Amino acid sequence: MQVSEKDEDILSLYQKIILDHGKSPRNAGVVKQHNCRSEGKNPLCGDRVTVTAALGDEGQVLNLKFDGKGCAISIASASMMTEAVRGLRADDVRKMIQAVAKLCKEDTSDDQFFSEYGDGLGTRIEYLSALSGVRQFPARFKCANLPWQTLLSCLDGNDSATTEG
Amino acid sequence: MNALAYNTVKSESRVFDLDLVRQDFPILSRAVHDKPLTYLDSAASAQKPQAVIDVIRYQYEHEYANVHRGAYSLSEALTSKYELAREKVRQFINAKSDREIVFTKGATEAINLVSATFGRTLEAGDEVVITGLEHHSNIIPWQLLRDQCGIVLKIVPISDEGDVSLNEVELALTKKTKLVAISHISNALGTVLPIKEIAAAAHATGAKILIDGCQGIVHEKVDVKDLDCDFYAFSGHKLYGPNGIGVLYGKEEMLDAMPPYQGGGEMISNVTFEHSEWAELPAKFEAGTPPIVPAVGLGAAIDYLSSFDRKDITAHESDLLAYATERLQTLNSIRLIGTAEKKAAAISFVLEGAHPHDLATILDRSGVCVRAGHHCAQPLMDRFGVTATVRASFGMYNTREEVDVLIGALGRAREILC
Repeated sequence: MQVSEKDEDILSLYQKIILDHGKSPRNAGVVKQHNCRSEGKNPLCGDRVTVTAALGDEGQVLNLKFDGKGCAISIASASMMTEAVRGLRADDVRKMIQAVAKLCKEDTSDDQFFSEYGDGLGTRIEYLSALSGVRQFPARFKCANLPWQTLLSCLDGNDSATTEG
Repeated sequence: MNALAYNTVKSESRVFDLDLVRQDFPILSRAVHDKPLTYLDSAASAQKPQAVIDVIRYQYEHEYANVHRGAYSLSEALTSKYELAREKVRQFINAKSDREIVFTKGATEAINLVSATFGRTLEAGDEVVITGLEHHSNIIPWQLLRDQCGIVLKIVPISDEGDVSLNEVELALTKKTKLVAISHISNALGTVLPIKEIAAAAHATGAKILIDGCQGIVHEKVDVKDLDCDFYAFSGHKLYGPNGIGVLYGKEEMLDAMPPYQGGGEMISNVTFEHSEWAELPAKFEAGTPPIVPAVGLGAAIDYLSSFDRKDITAHESDLLAYATERLQTLNSIRLIGTAEKKAAAISFVLEGAHPHDLATILDRSGVCVRAGHHCAQPLMDRFGVTATVRASFGMYNTREEVDVLIGALGRAREILC
């Protein structure tokens, strides 16, 4: 079958790395000694993800796991998140959450984006750029963003999050 | 123009010719992502024929005012069309009187109307029976009532095929059962329930029956007298009519005995600060300015449907369902959810290794619209151990070729995802 322009969008959404994380998620489960936990739920589409984290005294992420059910996009996003934020300080995690929302939503050029966020977050952000395929599928933004908003609510001391409505 | 034909109750009769039917629905000729639109989500909302679009447009362009109020010709003209829509609905479902036809904003409101009014006559310990395959709109109103006044909500279990047997319903009935509230056809699985037999069983124990007919009214000829149901609720937008309009059919003696639903204009006969009296049926249940033009649009949709022999439409939809079922079963690692013997026009499935939402996104790029999710029937999804399914559902305008497009697109989706 010939690859059309529309297929390219699809292939950029479902890149190998996304499908790989979607099928074999990393850090799936619960951090036993967690000191924060939040449950993200998108009731309309049924995606749900529970994030547990062990945070250090200064808010750095010592350990982070997720437990969830959902589409390839939300699971891959959660899985990649657990890898990308481990070891980061809380303010950098917040910056990264912002960066991911921008990455998945706004049509900024890569140069612009990396000059804004690359500093400090470096290669971790580059790693997450596979999520940018979502840009062409605004209806799926909420899937990619759910784990991140759940992590944010976790850091804020809240126990639930949603990216619907 | 078609808008003028609306004034006659009996519509012309036409032969069911699929090509011509498709031409009646202007949206079907558009493209999605440069592919022809393959609309397989009619169970969520059906597309509209030109005749419906024309009538709605005609009303707003030529004949719009509020109803039942103005002593001027515009209002009188639209009032008579609004009431004519009621008569068209009455004929369509063979109700005894147009006093039995209440217009609502949708089927959800129709069911909530019953739970809030008939429900108010129930007492703690009284039982309401629903089934395991209900849409949330036929679950939550009863849960709210349970929490409010202590009724007992009983759930009739469904089989592994997604079927509801008369026997299981009978087992749930006791002399405390006051209402059985069930779907005519399952929105998520397409299962057709034996509602006439269930109505008889309910009545035999002294219970009333409400039928959620959102899908049923579309795919089967409904005769409320023959069914002997106490309530039948449906929406306009699944029946090729506009959204924002629904119907609650209720037996006159039931509606008469029930307190009003909402208070406001239109539903009164006399108001003082001390005491108010209610209007006659059906106005008693139609507080405020009703969905006037949507009601007229529904009337036009009924005219359109009634111009065909309904048996031809049913036969066409059955053929599509059989063909789609057969073709889907040829795909590897597919699991059909809902394999009841009697089904109508909807088919739910999951594909191993591919989440329904991911499938739907990829199908969309082939122009194929399907519903992915829990179909507002989460307890049903739990019953089958899934969080979501893909549902392809058919309307009178779908074709076997569109089923082929679906199968091809699913194959492509699997190549990408699995």
